[in-house]
Parts: sequence; C-alpha cells; structure tokens
Amino acid sequence: MRYSGWRVIREALTGHKGWTPAWRDPEPQAAYDILVVGGGGHGLATAYYLAKEFGQAKIAVLEKGYIGGGNVGRNTTIIRSNYLLDGNQPFYEFSLKLWEGLEQDFNYNAMVSQRGIINLFHTDAQRDAYTRRGNAMILHGADAEMLNRDQVRALYPFLNFDNARFPIKGALMQRRGGTVRHDAVAWGYARGADQRGVDIIQNCEVTGIRTEHGRVTGVDTTRGFIGAKKVGVAVAGSSSKVMAHAGMRLPMESHVLQAFVSEGLKPVIDGVMTYGAGHFYVSQSDKGGLVFGGDIDGYNSYAQRGNMPVVEDVAEGGMSLMPMIGRARLLRMWGGIMDMSMDGSPIIDKTDIDGLYFNGGWCYGGFKATPASGWCFAHLLATDQSHSTATAYRFDRFRKGLMIDEKGQGAQPNLH
Amino acid sequence: MIINHPLLGPRDAQEFVYLGDASLIGRPDGMTEGAVDAFHDYLYLRDNPAGEHRELWYHEQGDRSWLVVTRNTVTHEVVSVEIARDVARKMGRSK
Repeated sequence: MRYSGWRVIREALTGHKGWTPAWRDPEPQAAYDILVVGGGGHGLATAYYLAKEFGQAKIAVLEKGYIGGGNVGRNTTIIRSNYLLDGNQPFYEFSLKLWEGLEQDFNYNAMVSQRGIINLFHTDAQRDAYTRRGNAMILHGADAEMLNRDQVRALYPFLNFDNARFPIKGALMQRRGGTVRHDAVAWGYARGADQRGVDIIQNCEVTGIRTEHGRVTGVDTTRGFIGAKKVGVAVAGSSSKVMAHAGMRLPMESHVLQAFVSEGLKPVIDGVMTYGAGHFYVSQSDKGGLVFGGDIDGYNSYAQRGNMPVVEDVAEGGMSLMPMIGRARLLRMWGGIMDMSMDGSPIIDKTDIDGLYFNGGWCYGGFKATPASGWCFAHLLATDQSHSTATAYRFDRFRKGLMIDEKGQGAQPNLH
Repeated sequence: MIINHPLLGPRDAQEFVYLGDASLIGRPDGMTEGAVDAFHDYLYLRDNPAGEHRELWYHEQGDRSWLVVTRNTVTHEVVSVEIARDVARKMGRSK
C-alpha cells in the first residue's frame, strides 16, 4: 500500500478499514542469500538498499527483540554532517543527502526537519578549531557558517552568555542539520524492505555463527538454524557478543549513554544546540519535550541504564547553559548501549571469514549515519567492495596507524 | 555504584577514574618475536564481555591506588575488588 494524502482522505471516508500492517511477520525460511543480523536502523537500511539499489533477493533481517526497540528508538534523533577528518566527512555528508530525500524514497513520513544545529564555542582557540572544521565541511560540499555572539543571541536569547567559566563567544552552525522522528526511520525502512521481499524476523536472537572451511554457512538462532551465503552483522552495542560467535575480538567496548526528555513545554528551542564544554546538548521535540543528553557514563556496560553521577553532570551542564531549564521537570530518562570503538569512528568491513561482514563501532553517533551506513554496508555485501565514502572504515586501520580520531584522544573508548 | 576499596572501605564510584579491561596489566614484551601483533592486540582488541568483567579503576579522588574491580556489566554489581599492584605481582611483575 502506498501512503499519500489521498489515501488518508479515502480511509477517513471509509472508516479506516483499509489500513494493513506495515510489514509481514514471516516464519524464517531454511536459507537465504543474505542474512542481516540486527533489525535496528542500520540493519533495516542495509536490507532496504540491498533490495532496492543493489537488486539482491532472498534477504532476511534477524532481530532479537522487536523493530524499534533498540538504539534506533533510544537516541536523541539528531542528524548532521559537521565532521572534520577526510575519512569521516564525505560519509556523513552522503548520509545527510540521503536523509534529505529519504521520505520520498521510502514513502514514509519520517518527519525529517532541517532546523539547524549549532556547536557553541567559548574561547579564541575553540573558535579557530570550529573555523577549521567549518572550512573542512565546505570543502567536502557540506554547508557551514560561523555565528558570532550576537547572532547566537538572536537565535537563543535566553542562554547564559556571561557564564564565568564558559562565556558564549559564538557558534558553528550547520543549517542543513536537524532532527528526524527516530522510530519512523525504523518503521519506514522496515516497511520499504518488506515491500521488496525482505523477511523481517523478530524475536530471533543469533546464538552462533557456523563456518565451514573458512566460509560462513549460516547462523544458529533461538528459532533454529538459518543458512546463508553471506551474513552481515549490524548489532551496535552487542557487536562483541555476536562476533565472538565467530571467534573474533573487536577493537571495541560497550558503554552506556543516557538521554532525557522533559515534560512538554511551549516552543523555545527551534534547532539543535551542543555545548561540548558543559557535556550537554539539547533540542525540542515537536511534542514540546526538551530532548537532551551528555557524555557516556564511562565504564563498560550492557545494562541499558546508567547511574546518577552522569544524570547530575548532565543536569549541571543544562543549568549552566540555560538556567531556566531548572524549572522543567524530567519526564523520562533511559540508556542505550554504544559500541565505542578505539578511535571513535566506525567499521564497515569484511572479516577474515569468507561471507561474514561487519558494521559497527558507531559510538554515540549511529543515528545520523543510518542511511549511509545501510547504503555502504549494502554496497559491501553486494559487491565485496567498500563504498567510496567508507573506504577508511576498515578493521586494519589500527594495525596500520590510520586511525580516524576526530577528537585526537587516542585508543581510549571512554574518552571519545 | 559502590566500590568496596580493600583499604578504605566502601567508596562511591564517582571518586574513581575508569581505564578499562584489567588485561592492560599484562603488557607484552616489546623485544620478542611477534611483538607488533602482540601490541596491536594489547592496545586495541578487547573481550568486552556481557557479564563479569575484570577492570582497572583509579582512585583519583582518594588514595590514588589502582584497583582491579570485578564487576558485572549487565547488572553493574561489583563482585570483588583487589589492589592492582597485588594482582600484577601475582602475575610475576616486579612492581
């Protein structure tokens, strides 16, 4: 069924009896050509582009829980392409371009809203660093703009501009950045993949990866063995667990990142704001809730919940940036498990086992990457070649000293 | 999380800085065959288990000791705490 305004009117006039489920709930078949492990944003996007752009058939997505229950439903919905390094920026700009055409492409309202993102700076040195970043973005075809103090004040007059420790001196603005309704991304990709014949199999956890003579033959799951010629793993925080079934150790630690939503408020923040110095970033959802977060908790965790010290740290950051946030009440808070890589950048690569491919290490930046991650992983699965924007995302970059370390902090996952 | 410090008793985890997997104590010998591979694995690869995990915590806001904390990464329960120096000596390190 194609969604459109006419469809809504027709259904309204006929008692909404014509709507059908957005995707099927099929039983797993005995074997597929390509299995995508992980039914999150990246896995679903991979299956969608495999079927749509790369003409592959007999594809299944295996999800241990339900669609939209993992990190794709736990993030703070921000999209942007404000990266500095050559290995990253072309990829994230590719992703932002895909976001811009996504809703028409998969015929689903994902509420892509390019409301602009600003990164605040507080010192001359930070201003210079952001100028450099902005120039790098422009050189790679993205948009960037430096705002001075008065321009930031015109946007957000309520900020604490004269904070003693971090006075606001200006900001780097990317107007094409913004937010997207995160669940709708999962649902849209799931529906689009399903319409093209992909089997989406929920409540199906992978418990083993079978290989024969160095070649993958399929996976054991809680719903039995499923054969496959190729297996692509895109399971975010569970990456180490799943790849351990194939005997691999990854350059990764799993960490918990918390996020928060306030009660619904009248419109006050129309864009996205990051305050790195204060470990705080914020936007406002269309329902009115302030959606905000800060740093990862900083220790290995698979718990999907964090601890109070980081809650306090985030609240302090919010108070120092916009003191009026102290009057808002918190509605919800939650945690998601991040696959923190050693240099803070992702991996989309083949493994030493024929037919086994890996996509992970997205740290806390996976949501904005969803379309390009899916596209590039589909490209790799279909053609055995890295997509031109993802050539740097290799396993061997650590061995070769080709780290993509945006923050320049070294091999220390809890600092990225 | 409360870390039961062997010398100071129960302390809030906020007083500590986290480093990571306690296997970092076992630094490879740079003079042996295959040292490049050993250092690659030592620096970059992690077991990253869901369950009990032995990890290094530094008591920065306290007595500045390094501890090996065995903690469950699924429940955040701290199972046992040792002084990292004792662990390293048991592994044959001189200090």
